[in-house]
Amino acid sequence: MTQVNSIQVTGLVREFRKGPRAVDGINLSVAPGEIYGFLGPNGAGKSTTVLMLTTLLPPTSGTATVGGFDIVKQGSEVRASIGAALQEAALDQILTGREHLLLQATLQGLGRADRNRRADELLERVGLTEAANRRVGGYSGGMKRRLDLALALVHSPRILFLDEPTTGLDVQSRTALWDEVARLAHEEGMTVFLTTQYLEEADVLADRVGIIDHGNIVAEGTPAQLKAEIGSPSVELTPVDVAEGDRLAELLAGFGESRRDGRGSVTVQLPGGESQLAEIIRVLDQADLHIELLQLHQPSLDDVFLAKTGRKLEGAGEDEEAPVAP
Amino acid sequence: MSAVAITVSPPGLLEQVAAVARRSATRTLRQRALLIFPMLFPLILFAINGSALNAATKIPGFPAPTYRDFLLAFPFMQGALFIAVTAGVDIARDIESGYFNRLALTPLRGEAMLIGQLGGAFVTAISQSIVYLLVGIATGVPIKSGVPGAFVLLILATLIAFAFANIGALLALRTGTGEAVQALFPLLFVTLFLSSSSLPRNLIKATWFRDIATYNPVSYLVEGMRSLIIKGWDGQALYLGFGFAIVIGAIALTLASRAMRTRLVRT
Repeated sequence: MTQVNSIQVTGLVREFRKGPRAVDGINLSVAPGEIYGFLGPNGAGKSTTVLMLTTLLPPTSGTATVGGFDIVKQGSEVRASIGAALQEAALDQILTGREHLLLQATLQGLGRADRNRRADELLERVGLTEAANRRVGGYSGGMKRRLDLALALVHSPRILFLDEPTTGLDVQSRTALWDEVARLAHEEGMTVFLTTQYLEEADVLADRVGIIDHGNIVAEGTPAQLKAEIGSPSVELTPVDVAEGDRLAELLAGFGESRRDGRGSVTVQLPGGESQLAEIIRVLDQADLHIELLQLHQPSLDDVFLAKTGRKLEGAGEDEEAPVAP
Repeated sequence: MSAVAITVSPPGLLEQVAAVARRSATRTLRQRALLIFPMLFPLILFAINGSALNAATKIPGFPAPTYRDFLLAFPFMQGALFIAVTAGVDIARDIESGYFNRLALTPLRGEAMLIGQLGGAFVTAISQSIVYLLVGIATGVPIKSGVPGAFVLLILATLIAFAFANIGALLALRTGTGEAVQALFPLLFVTLFLSSSSLPRNLIKATWFRDIATYNPVSYLVEGMRSLIIKGWDGQALYLGFGFAIVIGAIALTLASRAMRTRLVRT
């Protein structure tokens, strides 16, 4: 039996008046229970895609189904199937965390008896039980993001959209959120569509990654597949004596393409993989060349982004323009 | 922790309105500064003008024994204008912060969202109307229509405030920014001063001013409320006062509902 994808997108386009094509005919699919990382710089079209898939913005053309429902013709059914934490935790600073959850539970149609129980359950899950009756205005950024996530889960959706959920969070809060998202996907079978501009986030969390740039998906696959496409790892060596840089470069020339960095360091690609490392060390030992620092670099998603777009991901984006009314 | 199965069925319209209105009212009651200062400003003007302009009562044909009696309708009307702005800014803030999108992702209906969002305005309208009435009575203003008239005054004042809140909501939904809504206030204030709020229309000497005041619906809103204070039961003034309040409210609500549908571009 063919498994129906949780998200199926075909030729999705969104144009804005007086603006460029924010999303330019993308195709993607996300399987049930999968975490799909949508990676790209600011302004790449990530948020516009999420707004379309969550029915908040009609597409200019193309089709998409979410949870098996058409995003244009079956908006209500799509909304009933999804939870979403959109960019910037949209919370009412005056209300408490519990009040947020109870309001959301009421509007999502939970029965009276279920509302308090569900609020307590989610507050505990995201670690906000102690702060439940405090106004959100006094919450930290991490607490707001966790509440945002809890609100998206109130009606137990099958599909979760997270738009840059960890932007601006400290490392601890970010890791906690990653753990919870991974748990939702792997233990509860929830499909997660996650946009991010953090390479590490996509690498750690996503089962598959789509890289979007200027409204187009330029690469897609598992993080390992994408990195493998780019090629071999590299090793960076720094001699104890900076003056030995030239001799170091000569010795390493036979192993692969190399380049000189500052302070005598030499970086060499290893077409044969990490196994070449032992041979390099043997050669250096025979030449009696002492090394201060040796670093092995695996290809990163940033390298993938660089290879596909000709730019580094960091600083590649321009300020993302908020979608305007059609 | 094991997840417990939950049953979900979309709430009815009234339940939706009640839930959103409760949030709006809670917000209003917790931001006392927003409740108190807009309430105080009309009272300060009432106190200053009520005593400073008392000489106006010497104009032949002036309809009240003291200017304070005549002026008491003014704070009710001014308070309604403040409510238009605060209600609009509240909605605009939700749009700007993205909270509006959060609500849009629920089964919440547009009408419920609009009327519910005005719940805070309703609370403010009732609270400030009671305060203005009590201050008026405490400063010796007799309510000629008696206790039943005082209740009718509260109803009319609340209706007017609700009508103007819809104008604020309309602007917020059309523009999506709090700044645009705040820019509305001077315009509304001008309509108040170009009405019969400070002098009866028949005593306004400048023809242009009298003409504008005659065509200005705010005059009839003020005169409706004022009639209950200084005349007793004046059917025509009440008919016009309630009539204009209902018409303004209905037009603003209709346009705001349309703006809500446009803003709520859910597929």
